[in-house]
Amino acid sequence: MAVRMPHWFRQIWNTKGLSRWIFLVGLFITLVFVVFAIFAPWIAPYHFNQTAVDGVKFPKLGSASSDHWLGTNDQFYDIASRMIWGARTGLEVVVMSVAFAGVIGVPLGLLSGFVGGWIDRVLVFLMDAIYAFPSLLLAIVFAFLLKNTLGGGVVAAALSLTAIYIPQYFRVVRNTTVSAREATYVEAARAIGAPPLTIMRKYLFGNVVQSVPVLGTLNAADALGTLAALGFLGLGIQPNEASEWGYDLSRALDDAQAGNWLPAFWPGLMIVLLITGLTFVGEGLNEGINPALRRRRLQKVVFPARTAGEEVSS
Amino acid sequence: MPTKPDTATTENRERSATVLDLDQLAVHFQLQGNALSRLLGLKGRVVKAVDGVSLRLARGEVLGVVGESGSGKTTLGRALLGLAPTSSGSITYQSADRGPRVVSEMRGAELRGLRTDLQMVFQDPHAALNPSMTIEEAVGHPLVIHGMAQGPELKRRVEEALDKVGLSPTERFLTKLPSDLSGGQKQRAVIARAIILDPEVLVADEPVSMLDMSVRAKILQLMLDLKRDLGLTYVYITHDLATAKYFCDRIAIMYLGRVVEIGPTEEIFDHPRHPYTKALLAAIPEPDPEKMLPRNLPRGEIPDAAEPPLGCSFHPRCPEAVRGCGWESRDLRALVEEHWTRSDTAFDDEQQILGDLEHLDAPSTTATLGSGGSSAVRGILDRIKGEDPDEPLWSGVTSIEDTGPGVTVHFEKAGPPALRRAGGVDVACVLYPDETSDRDEA
Amino acid sequence: MTVVEHSAHEDDGPVLEARDLRVWYATDRGPVRAVDGVSFQIRRGEILGLVGESGCGKSTLGRGLIGLLPDGSARDGELEFQGLDLLHLSAREQRDLRGTDLAMIFQEPLTRLNPLMRISEHFEETLRTHEKGISKDEVRRRSLEVLRVMGIPPTRYRAYPHEFSGGMRQRLMIALALVLRPAFVVADEPTTALDVLVEAQIIRILHDLRREYDTSLLLITHNLGIIAEACDRVAVMYAGEIVEIGDATAVFSHPKHPYTRELLRSTISLSTTGLNYIDGAPPDLVEPPSGCHFHPRCPDAMRICAERDPVDRDHGDGHRAACWAADLSDGLSLSEDERAPLEREEIAVADEA
Repeated sequence: MAVRMPHWFRQIWNTKGLSRWIFLVGLFITLVFVVFAIFAPWIAPYHFNQTAVDGVKFPKLGSASSDHWLGTNDQFYDIASRMIWGARTGLEVVVMSVAFAGVIGVPLGLLSGFVGGWIDRVLVFLMDAIYAFPSLLLAIVFAFLLKNTLGGGVVAAALSLTAIYIPQYFRVVRNTTVSAREATYVEAARAIGAPPLTIMRKYLFGNVVQSVPVLGTLNAADALGTLAALGFLGLGIQPNEASEWGYDLSRALDDAQAGNWLPAFWPGLMIVLLITGLTFVGEGLNEGINPALRRRRLQKVVFPARTAGEEVSS
Repeated sequence: MPTKPDTATTENRERSATVLDLDQLAVHFQLQGNALSRLLGLKGRVVKAVDGVSLRLARGEVLGVVGESGSGKTTLGRALLGLAPTSSGSITYQSADRGPRVVSEMRGAELRGLRTDLQMVFQDPHAALNPSMTIEEAVGHPLVIHGMAQGPELKRRVEEALDKVGLSPTERFLTKLPSDLSGGQKQRAVIARAIILDPEVLVADEPVSMLDMSVRAKILQLMLDLKRDLGLTYVYITHDLATAKYFCDRIAIMYLGRVVEIGPTEEIFDHPRHPYTKALLAAIPEPDPEKMLPRNLPRGEIPDAAEPPLGCSFHPRCPEAVRGCGWESRDLRALVEEHWTRSDTAFDDEQQILGDLEHLDAPSTTATLGSGGSSAVRGILDRIKGEDPDEPLWSGVTSIEDTGPGVTVHFEKAGPPALRRAGGVDVACVLYPDETSDRDEA
Repeated sequence: MTVVEHSAHEDDGPVLEARDLRVWYATDRGPVRAVDGVSFQIRRGEILGLVGESGCGKSTLGRGLIGLLPDGSARDGELEFQGLDLLHLSAREQRDLRGTDLAMIFQEPLTRLNPLMRISEHFEETLRTHEKGISKDEVRRRSLEVLRVMGIPPTRYRAYPHEFSGGMRQRLMIALALVLRPAFVVADEPTTALDVLVEAQIIRILHDLRREYDTSLLLITHNLGIIAEACDRVAVMYAGEIVEIGDATAVFSHPKHPYTRELLRSTISLSTTGLNYIDGAPPDLVEPPSGCHFHPRCPDAMRICAERDPVDRDHGDGHRAACWAADLSDGLSLSEDERAPLEREEIAVADEA
């Protein structure tokens, strides 16, 4: 991987104007949120679950001040702290759900595509059935089911999102495997006596996972939206477990109707920014990795003037 | 597991010299039909890629398997390694130290273990190497898979193999990915991977046809050197008779899943007997402006292996076809259509009278055609016959009778000719009737 | 029609003439000099073979003549087609010319045919694009005629491309290219994907084209046998340059350039009795070697070959070659120092194409 990183990065760098800027802007936004997430305890003035400092309660719906940069909301929380801690929650859930989905979906797709036969047919049917459900509905069902066993925490939220994305990895990997299975190098691997597991591990895996990072970033953006939707419906993470923008947004709606729209504006902005950032990164990766989309910058050919000496004839 | 007890001493010696023994080998593939027939659970058509091939490969020889695409030569090569499933018949491998083993009955781990003795080189070296494996990993992987070496020993063996195939100094190549190498270098790496297990038999499927002209000779020379140094036996699969002539000791010509002629290289080239072999030889464009291609080349192309021609598979294209070749309905359609390409007006005039010819595509020795009256149809057939009275199809017609608005043409029935001894070779052609029928049965 | 007009006043002159033509294309590392200063003519009804190893620029030259080049490539020099300056036509004028007067036959016919269109529709489209208002009967008449010459029965006129075999598809492509009776056709490896018997049939067809259509043909191939079989003249290309051109018989029997000679020697044919090959690999065309591009691999290389570009000289009867060694044997005087054998760098066994 260490050898490959600069290679694909150079490919993205060499793509034409707009798509390169999209990638860089996306990368910048995402990195800012990553910094928020990692250093939340140090950046945020208060804990996400804090409603008082030194025994003094925060004001309800307080306006912006030097104590509360963005004011407080109707649950006495400091909005700025909630926003910064929210980045941690969002990225944790997104990374976990995408990682779970990949860890389950990729091997299943590899197996299904390589082995074929009835295993393939059953898995494809199952995955298509899951995929056919509206993703939010599916997430709600899983959130309900997991609430009793795992509670309303980050892990439960991540797992309820995982189920939505498994079929996507499965499909992409299965389809690339089906075509890669016929490649001569796989036949060559059989010819040197490689058992099926080795063929999948050493010959197919490396060649079929190349589209997974793109899918991962695009799914991450989608997962964040779904997480916010779950929180908005009150089915996601509970406010005392972690700070979650979707929940804050739903709490702030009544106040917005009453004329105080700032408590709703900030979580909304956060959701939109991070989704945009992740989507941009995904699209940038896609153009860098997918040769069909890639249009490289080509220097115009300039013919040097012919030197007179070349034209000597006998 | 020997199939017959050895009796004669000569046969004994012959057997010990045999590395691979193919007995009536057949490889059939079930084709998937269209979406509708799959939904309805109907069986697709069967392609007989290899259809009853018997031959023996002697230790240390180079056997050329020559044919056009679709002749089944690649499938035959894959079947030898157990990469294509045997439908019927058998392949027996007699290793120098372990006695006979039946490849066609092996499965799973046993079959994989066989690959230390039988190896393969592929046509497209670029596709045959995993794009994400370095040359060191790729060449050494067979040893890893069979647990034969690891660590410094593995690296030493890889370097040794790379040296043998001329990829030296080896440190220049060990860490390279396939995409960093030229075509010739990639093929050398593929050969290195094949010989690292020290196999006895190497099946080379068109090993030079994707390479540039200036390196073909180099790779062939490398293969000859390796054969000498490592005592290899080659099955050289190719469509190119010129390289086969230089490279092989014996040549088998394949057409539509069958061997139509087999014998020593010299005999095949000096006295080709099967009309197909003759045609292949005549059709090679030689880089000599004095030699020109003959005019009477075989027409058409290799037919669909799912529905091969009746009788001898080559008869529809054969410039020397005779009465007993197995003429049938499809040949009549081809003849009528060819007649239409010869003249401007015939098609417009005659199409109505003959009607639709599509149904003649179902292979049969009776062909009913015509919709514009029996006598008119007979008239057209007579005109076609008049254009070329020597056309052998007519000699295969037993009778033509009037049926409804047209006629029914009956053809003589004939089966595919068997391989028979003729001079120094074996030929499957009606022009060479059995000259040693009594000896063959023994 | 246009063809008649042109041929009226240009009977014996070349149909197409390139003078010092360059076709370069851009890459990350700088321009690739795929075609770097070639000059040649093609006469009416003539078949010129263009032969060379892969990567020598022969396909780029073929496409450059027709004007079918990918983005980022550029042409320079002079290219004259029936009195027209092809390099200075507008994109629209070039497009109009392609098909009617210039045509191309590709290696993979299936990728060039629309799988959803019947053969008849392919012909209709081709004819209607270039001859507006042509009647359906006329389309049918002309299509069937050209199909007949190609040996495709009229019953297949309404069939789809996938119903044809490989050789039949290539015949179809040739028929489609010829239905407008172009004056000049480029065929890029038209038989490479075909079997030897079908290849022979197609070579026959190409060879006989001039009798029916009076077409000039540039036949690009890597197979010297095909050149010998089908072509009147042959141009040998190496590293972006035509190193030798002349009558096919003369070039094959008395090659002037060491590359041609070595290429002929390394070709395996039925009369091959020993294996020969050319050491080394073709050069990188971003930075081609100095002097003669072949000198690092040339067994006859002299000191001058590495320093000065060889001059394209006529060695009699229009048999031209660009080689100092050929000049020397023709009587050109070179100094002792210039003639001294070049001390070549060692070429490793695995340095190859």
